[in-house]
Parts: sequence; structure tokens; C-alpha cells
Amino acid sequence: MSKSGAPSHFFRSLWDFFASIRLTVVLLLTLAATSIVGTVIPQNESPEVYARHYGETLFRLMDFLGLFDMYHSWWFQLLMVLLTLNIVVCSINRLSATWKIIFARSPGFAGSRFRKASNRVEFTASRSPEQLRELFEPMLQRRYRRTDSETTDGSLFLFAEKGRWTRLGVYIVHFSVILLLLGGLVGSFIGFEGYVNIPEGASQDTIRLRNTNQPLKLPFAIRCDDFSVRFYETGAPDEFRSRLTLLKEGRPVLQRDIVVNDPLRFEGINIFQSSYGNMRPREVVLSFTSTESGMTYTRKATVGTPVDIPEGLGQFVVERFHNRYQFMGMMDLGSTFLGTLTPSGGEPVEVALPLQHPDFDKMIVKRGIRKSDVIIAITDFEPHYYTGLQVNSDPGVWLVYAGFLVMIIGCFIAFYMSHQRVGVELVARGGGTQVTVSGMSNKNKMGMNRSVERLAGHLSRRVGTEKIG
Amino acid sequence: MSSSLILSVATFLYGLAAVLYIGGWVFKKETIGKAGTAVTAAALVGNLAGILMRWAESYAMGHGRAPLTNLYESLVFFALCVTALYLYVEYRYRNRTIGAFASPLAFLAMAYASLSPNISDRIQPLIPALKSNWLIAHVITCFLGYAGFAVAFGVSVMYFVKKRDPENKSGRLSRIPDLNVLDELTHQTVMFGFLFLSIGIITGAVWANSAWGSYWSWDPKETWSLITWFIYATLLHARLMRGWHGKRIAIISVVGFLAMLFTYFGVNLLPGLHSYAQQ
Repeated sequence: MSKSGAPSHFFRSLWDFFASIRLTVVLLLTLAATSIVGTVIPQNESPEVYARHYGETLFRLMDFLGLFDMYHSWWFQLLMVLLTLNIVVCSINRLSATWKIIFARSPGFAGSRFRKASNRVEFTASRSPEQLRELFEPMLQRRYRRTDSETTDGSLFLFAEKGRWTRLGVYIVHFSVILLLLGGLVGSFIGFEGYVNIPEGASQDTIRLRNTNQPLKLPFAIRCDDFSVRFYETGAPDEFRSRLTLLKEGRPVLQRDIVVNDPLRFEGINIFQSSYGNMRPREVVLSFTSTESGMTYTRKATVGTPVDIPEGLGQFVVERFHNRYQFMGMMDLGSTFLGTLTPSGGEPVEVALPLQHPDFDKMIVKRGIRKSDVIIAITDFEPHYYTGLQVNSDPGVWLVYAGFLVMIIGCFIAFYMSHQRVGVELVARGGGTQVTVSGMSNKNKMGMNRSVERLAGHLSRRVGTEKIG
Repeated sequence: MSSSLILSVATFLYGLAAVLYIGGWVFKKETIGKAGTAVTAAALVGNLAGILMRWAESYAMGHGRAPLTNLYESLVFFALCVTALYLYVEYRYRNRTIGAFASPLAFLAMAYASLSPNISDRIQPLIPALKSNWLIAHVITCFLGYAGFAVAFGVSVMYFVKKRDPENKSGRLSRIPDLNVLDELTHQTVMFGFLFLSIGIITGAVWANSAWGSYWSWDPKETWSLITWFIYATLLHARLMRGWHGKRIAIISVVGFLAMLFTYFGVNLLPGLHSYAQQ
């Protein structure tokens, strides 16, 4: 073997490897089977969680195999690349043959092939083959795109065909898959995906990227003017709504509300309503109940400003806010203010005031956990939220959407349209003609059989004779 | 008259239809099979009426949303899709024995929806994530796809039954269509299912992109729908390009249906974004 032959031989066998449908079947089933793993093992948790759950050795092995982010692991990506190559090579390999059929100048009808068809329908007519041809040809031309005829000894063949181009359907589907993968690649290389939490009234121009947790500065700042949450009577959430203003160099350029399913798009960057949480309320209404007189007094208070308690019971100051406060390290009270009560002539003590449980301090005092002659509660407050926004940019999404559209069209063509060819053979018999209708199609043979029966019905009704077989 | 009453009647009719189809097949009586068709048609009308009434009731309650938002409603809609597709196949292939294998699926879906204690048939308002115009397109296309695969599964089971004695000329097996017809029918229904599953995944991806900013996030339901898609893609390629027929195609069709069932029900056992479909 010559030296120059070796690489081309290698290339040839590589090409054949990727041109095989067996490879397609193996890849599709391998992708299906391995994809299960990532649905059973929760993905992208923190390493500590995995280590605790699986133990050190198993954790190391699974981490090595990339099972904790398996859809982005090297071997899963490799499977996808192999499938892509497989699709491309298979399509190129077969396209040239299909191309020749579709763009052949002469249709290449052959009567002999139609005589072998199993779906032949026959009838007789009293007219001569030439007369029938005059009748039938316009009918075929109406129903089919291309017609032709062939005269051999004793028989006249009329041919018709349509839908040659539908042989491209499968290539259209394959092309759509390539578009999807390209779109995905573009998105992962040029796009970004991040999140940002913005308190009501505040603005932010820097988000955190989801994968790397790195900060990313946006070309504009986002201000959250207002956030509101609405619930149904059942307690299920009804709507999360953020009023956002986009600022460029401090000047507002756009103001809009966003809700889930209705994001804001600006300069190629999309902003989605994703989550929310409680911030420290700016002002609360405190109630002080004297255990001695039973009287209750309400006072408005802001953080850090001491309030005098009536009846000379001392002073109270609201100090810190916890989003999830653990009382004595055990009970989760939710959003809670901590304040300091200084009774007149006593030592200062810490008082916990959970927003959702105004009777909490009453219980503490009644149970004697805190000895006191005043019960404190927060009876009202102006909620102060932060909105959790997902911020992303994906220039590849349009390729993906194009792929979606092309895939639907391609599947429809590939499944429900076919290249149909019919032949009508006219043979002089006695004074009349024996007519045989038959058809061929590259797929959906049953549909073709029905088309042949229908066509034979139309033709025989046109000449007004009975079908005989 | 309420939607739940109508749907209960439809469930009963589906059960009756399944009994009639099976009876017509086992006792080789065409008239029983014909009664099965009539009862199935009635059940289909009831099923559709129940869904439409439920829609109207949700408006009366002030929620005003399409009845396609939880497990109960999806099962009811699944039964509708399977039955509609089956009746078309029966009309097209002129064979009622297929009904003995397809109509029990519709009955099981309805019975599971009404009888399972874990499934609530209360009309709940929509949570924010579901408030989208994509909801209807996504659910309808997915379930048309599921219906295609369900009927393909029924036909594949018939294939295995027929395979035991394909040349039988007078017994029960003779009432089952020929093996090549079953093979072709499996192929046709799988293509139908594949087309609509594809559109279902696509509409879901477009919806996810408008709700969460990501058209694909490998959430378990997404992944399982893709697994199902891979399996049926294998079936189509093996059949068209490698000439697989008969038993091997029937096996892939059954495996694909199991994957579809897991996509539909099993995924609820796993954590993910589609959790609202659990109750």
C-alpha cells in the first residue's frame, strides 16, 4: 500500500463509522439510558451535601465521572458531539442520492416497475387506448405535478408523480437538530445566566452568574420601585409583581412591571421574576400591654429609636431583623425583630417579636420564660420586600427557535408527505381497453394503496364502466 | 348537573365500552363490538362535555382557566385524546378488536383520576408559573403525543398476542389484524405520537424560556420527555433505515410507552419544576 493511501483509507473508515445507522441506534439508546442518571441524582448541589450522602469514596468516584453535573460532563457532551457527527455524515452520505432523484431532468418512469406493484386496480372501458389517453391525461395533470407517457408494443403507459421534494423531509429534521445544537453552543459561549436580589427602592447594576458565582456588571442598573405578592384565599400564590425601572447613567430609560411569564427584555438582556423575600420593615406598630393594669398602648416605632413605655414601665428599642430567626436555636419563627427592653430600674433584656406570631411574647411572659410586667407585640408593619430576578442573555435562542420551527415542519413532511408515483396502463382488448392503475411511494404504502383505489375510481367513473377487480 | 357527575358517567361508560370490546372479541360477535363503538362514542362526548363544563365552572368560580392544569385534569384529557385517536384508527382500519386493547387504557386513566385518594378533583386557581398562553398548546400537544404512544402500545401488545398463532383462520386470533398491518399501525401511531411529543417539548421549551429565562434546564420531566423522544427516534430509524419490523419494533414501542408513563407519573417522585402536576 502506498503511503498516501493510508490517511485516505483511515478517513474512509472513519467516514463509514459515522455513516452507520447502527451507530445512530447505539448513540440514541446510550443517551436515553445515561440521561436517567441525572434525574435520579439531584444535580448541582453543593459538594458537602453529596459527600455526606454518598460517603467520601463514592463521592470522589461520582465526582470524577461528573455525575453531579452530568449533562455538562465531558462524556455526555462527547455523546452529543458523536450524535451530531453521525447526523451530519449520514445526511451528506444519503443526500446525493436523494438529490439525484429530486432534481433528475427526466422523471425516469418505467412501466415494468408499475406492473410489479401489488396495489394494481383494473377495469375495462369500451373506448380505444388513444381516446382514453385524451380523457385521462388532463385528469392526471390536475392531480399530479408531473406527467409523462410511454408507448411500448401493444400498451400505452401514462405516468404521473408528485411530492418529489418531500424526500427532503428527513434532511430538514436533521438540519433542525443541528440548528438546536448550534443555538445551544452559541448560548453557552456568548450568553450568560445570573440572578440578583434588589430591595424595594434600591437599584443594582451587578448580578451574580449562576454557574461560577462571579459578579457581572450590566450596561444598565435595575431599580425595584415596588414589589407585591398576592395570594388566593386558599393560600396558594396568585401573582408576584415587580415594578422595575432601568437606569442608564442614573437616568431612567424604561419603566415596566414584570410578573412570572411576562419578563422584561432590553438590549438583548432578559429580566425574569424569579423569587422574593422579606426585608426589614421600615416602620412597625408596637403594642405594650401592662400585666398589672391590663391596658394596651400602641406606638409607632422605627429601628434604633427608643420608645418610652407608658405607665413608667421603661424603654424599648427595636434593633435587629432576622429573616429566619431560630428561637433558642430550635424554633423557626420566620421574619423576626429583636429588640431590647430596659425596665425602669432593671437590667436590659432581649425580646423577640416574630412578625407572623404577634402573641409570641405573651406566651413567653405567661410561661414565665421572661419575668416582666409588660408584654410586647408587633401588631402591624409595612412589609418591605426584595425581588429576586433572573437576568440572562442568550443570543443563541433565535437559532434554537428556528430549529424548533424547522423541526416541526420537517417532521410533518417526513411523516405525512411522500413521493407518489402512479402508472395507468392502457392495453387494447377486443374493441375496448383494459385499464390498470398502480402506484409506488417511498413511504406510507397503505396511503398509496388508498390513493390508487381513489384514482382508479375517478378514472373509471369518467368513462362510465364498472370496476372489475 | 356538574362536571364531576358527567365525568363519573363517562368513566362508567369507558369501563362498559372496554367490556363490550373485549366481549365482542372473545365471543366473536360483531354486534357486541358495534355496541362497544357506540358506548365509546357516548363516553367520548361525555368526557368532552365534562371538560368543557369544568372550564365553565372555573369561570363561575372566578378562576377562569383551562381545565388542563393538574394531574386529575390531565388524566381526564388523556382519556379523551386516547379515545379520539382510537376511534379514528377503528374507522380507518375497520377493526374493533383493537378496541379491546385501547379502550381499557382510557378507562384506567379515568378510573385512576376519580378513585385515587391522592388526586384532588377540586378546581384550583392557577399559580403564577402556569399563567401563560403556552399552557394550552403545551398540554394539548403533549397529550396528543402520549395518546399516540398509548395506542401504539395497545397495538404492540396485540402484536405479541397475534404472534402466538398468526395463521389462525377461525379462532379469536383471526379477529386481530394481520401482523404486517399491526406493524404498520404501530409505525403510524408512533409517528403521530412522535410529531406531537416533539411539538409538546418545543412548546414547553418556549414557555420555560418566557417564564424562567431558560428553554432547557434538564429538569427531570424535561429529561424524561427527551429520553422518551430518544427511544421513539430509535424506533423510527431502526425501522426506516435498518428495516426492523415486527417483534423488535413492538418491543421498542412497549419500552417507549413505559418511558412515557414514567415521564407522566414517575417523575413526580423526583424533585423538579413540574411539581404542580402532582396533585
